[in-house]
Amino acid sequence: MPENSAARPIRVGLFVTCLVDLMRPSVGFAAVKLLEDAGCKVEVPEQTCCGQPAFNSGDRTAARDIAEKTIAAFERFDYVVAPSGSCAGQIRKHYPELFHDDPNLAPRAAKLAEKTHELVSFLVDVLGVTSVSSDFTGEVTYHDSCSGLRELGVKSQPRLLLSGIPGVKLVEMNENEVCCGFGGTFAVKYGDISDSIVSKKTENVTKSGATTLLAGDLGCLMNMAGKLQREGKTVEVRHVAEVLAGGIDAPPIGAPAEAAE
Amino acid sequence: MSARADILSNIRRSMGVNGSERPRVATVEERLERAPRGVVVERGRGSKEERLALFVAQAKGALATVVEVESRAEVPAAIAAYLRENNLPARIRRGDDPRLEEMPWADTALEISFGKSDGKDLTAVNHAFAGVAETGTLVMTAGHENPTTLNFLPDYAIAVLDAKDVTGDYEDMWSKLRFAYGKGGMPRVVNWITGPSRSADIEQTMLLGAHGPRSLHVVIVKG
Amino acid sequence: MTAHPTSPRFKDNARQALDDAQLQKALGNVRVNFIERRAAVAAKLPEFEELRDSARDIKDHVLAHLDLYLERYEEAVTRSGGQVHWARTAAEAREAVLAICRRVGAKTVTKGKSMISEEIALNDAIEAAGMKAVETDLGEYIIQLRHEAPSHIIAPAVHLNATQVESDFRKHHTHLDPARDLSQPTQLLTEARTILREKFLAADVGITGANFLIAETGTSIIVTNEGNGDLTQTLPKVHIVIASIEKVVPTLEDASQILRVLARSATGQEMSVYTTFSTGPRRPGDVDGPEEYHVVLLDNGRSAMLGTEFQDMLRCIRCGACMNHCPVYHAVGGHAYGWVYPGPMGAVLTPTLIGVDKGGHLPNASTFCGRCESVCPVRIPLPKLMRHWREREFERHLSPATVRWGLGFWAFFAKRPKLYRLATGLAMRALARLGRTKGRFASLPFASGWTDHRDFPAPQGATFQDQWKARRNGRTA
Repeated sequence: MPENSAARPIRVGLFVTCLVDLMRPSVGFAAVKLLEDAGCKVEVPEQTCCGQPAFNSGDRTAARDIAEKTIAAFERFDYVVAPSGSCAGQIRKHYPELFHDDPNLAPRAAKLAEKTHELVSFLVDVLGVTSVSSDFTGEVTYHDSCSGLRELGVKSQPRLLLSGIPGVKLVEMNENEVCCGFGGTFAVKYGDISDSIVSKKTENVTKSGATTLLAGDLGCLMNMAGKLQREGKTVEVRHVAEVLAGGIDAPPIGAPAEAAE
Repeated sequence: MSARADILSNIRRSMGVNGSERPRVATVEERLERAPRGVVVERGRGSKEERLALFVAQAKGALATVVEVESRAEVPAAIAAYLRENNLPARIRRGDDPRLEEMPWADTALEISFGKSDGKDLTAVNHAFAGVAETGTLVMTAGHENPTTLNFLPDYAIAVLDAKDVTGDYEDMWSKLRFAYGKGGMPRVVNWITGPSRSADIEQTMLLGAHGPRSLHVVIVKG
Repeated sequence: MTAHPTSPRFKDNARQALDDAQLQKALGNVRVNFIERRAAVAAKLPEFEELRDSARDIKDHVLAHLDLYLERYEEAVTRSGGQVHWARTAAEAREAVLAICRRVGAKTVTKGKSMISEEIALNDAIEAAGMKAVETDLGEYIIQLRHEAPSHIIAPAVHLNATQVESDFRKHHTHLDPARDLSQPTQLLTEARTILREKFLAADVGITGANFLIAETGTSIIVTNEGNGDLTQTLPKVHIVIASIEKVVPTLEDASQILRVLARSATGQEMSVYTTFSTGPRRPGDVDGPEEYHVVLLDNGRSAMLGTEFQDMLRCIRCGACMNHCPVYHAVGGHAYGWVYPGPMGAVLTPTLIGVDKGGHLPNASTFCGRCESVCPVRIPLPKLMRHWREREFERHLSPATVRWGLGFWAFFAKRPKLYRLATGLAMRALARLGRTKGRFASLPFASGWTDHRDFPAPQGATFQDQWKARRNGRTA
């Protein structure tokens, strides 16, 4: 593993994820700030998506084609970091599986998998970051997104960094490890069931008394924010990277742009 | 082709084997012969005293009641006392286990009937083959000595257990059983019993005495 | 009931279940009780995770040598005076059972809880043959009165409340005094105990399933909390065990390893109340026990799963932990799955047994949250296996056309980064302008599955990649 020496900073390829790219670039910039503050040199190669929607829909061919592009775009970096447990999990856990029978791509997929990390666990587990400087104030609760939690072991790392922010009070909700009901295309294909699951989640969020809901995956956040807003709840929803980076000027997810200005 | 031959050949086709490969056969023979123990559970590794204490704690945790007596001679009186305390008639049914036979039943007022239960007995006494400390589990073996029906039909099941027969874990118990019955030999039935019968099938509410005994009482003979 | 799966109507089933207030209340019990108990009891055993590995390894070892262990098992059963009947299909298994029942002139057959019995729809066959089948597990008894299938593999009546059970008892137990109080679960239990005690004593044949079969000794194992399985198999003249071929394990020690994770994963108990090891019929000198001991060994498609990507599913020990921890199961309950096996294990197993054309919804109706795999005592990669079904459906063009089209459209761009940036850049700016005032959309024509239930956040504007590029070029987007 390369050392963070003055001679050569760690080169991180930011896999921004398609959702952040399209829906909420502020999360991408928060990730860049956190990585640069930790001494990394961040680059953003031209990219689209990790291919998970195809992979999880059973379209292995498309999933492979897209994954191959991602491998080619990112293999030159020391590390690949994504502000998402789901997309990082796709590269880390499922790319090797996708190419296990391809003698040319299997080693490349394995190498990329090894150096790919979810943002917050990268900061804490790889870079050894123990605190961040953020001006955020508020009572927050943290939802453990499934892939990050169960595929990558993201659990304590965001809590460690959040608890070090002077203005932040972390309150845990019940069932914080239970799925929010997003599940990618599941939320649309099985909307009724997804709704039932996310309703339980928003109930737990509301009961926690927190004024801000955080998580590390934008898909889950959009699902929970959309439900909270449909229910007329005032809980604000943000990606954990925004709070860790501080200096927020983007309105919360699903809130009108004018309100923040 | 018979169903048997068909199923076996399907399995072999799926696995790409023919069933007579020496290494596969040898692996199976070896495993059956050696019966490896797998992961050992630390909590069962204590001294004789610790094992007994663990058995008692675990059995009580499973909602059995437990009394300890010093010698076999004290068992009938202990059972009579248990029946009195629970306002039960002084009547039991039991098999002809020699360990029970030699106890001084005549010293009590207990009325005793013998053999299997027809479902009308309120209380029965069986002698346990062993107890397993790790979960407070009684091990009963079937036979005329201790009829299986006595473990299940009465409302109140009483088991007598020798403290020296308490093993730390299931594996030690199986060793003891193999020693008693020979390798590959099994009593017709081995019953592991951990507490009294229960069900949580209605609204997940745990209730005792579903079909089997509402109560399980263990008399441990220390001597 | 099992003959006609309603799995193809999964979405309608789910909708009904979601609208059933009583069911939703009952499912709340699953969501809390099973999960907390399992977590507590697992935490008390330091070796629990290691035992899960051990259980997985034992099952894998068996599957790699299944033909040989089945032969050894049969030899041992025969040695102990029992008889093994091999059944390729559900029909052969039913016929094997019926042939024994007819030969002994059975009128009443008592039954311990068995998922294989559900799989082969045995009760219907027994009744059609003019005999009476009586389920004796309390939950199974209740659903038998209601002519329902189990909604959970270890808690068959978990979808019901006490009031429903009371009304079923009053309807079927015609001797009941209408004035008798049955408002408490304990009174219902007493009533069932009384009724079933008579059935146990009158039965001619007792049928149980098996949690394990032991090759070394020819032993079958059942695990219950009620003791009903023991009364079922001990009192009648004939005991029939019905079990599928993958239930065999090598030795008593192997069974013990797996038993340590079974109850803990299932009900959160350290050990179930009754674990019974049965080897052959009554022996000389015995005063009780069955005179005949039969085992019906069912394949029903399992041998064809070996060597495929679904082989891992054959490790399943039917503990129910996957459904206890499944958000989809918590939302819709077991009946929505439309056949015998619900939850994540059912989502994998059902398509193999009834065909992916009928069971195809089930592996799709998952968020892939992975909680099932994280608690599976034999570490079955359930989401991965569900994904394999999705792959087969995609290959066979069984996935809905709209899904395929949408996916193809999206993949076209995802494979072409430059085109993707151009298209998404334009689209997001447009969408952002539309959603700027509210910050979200209450309805979107292409995503009503989403917006029927929740708002859709508006994008911020220019994409990250466009902004990033602009920034690197020294200007703001």
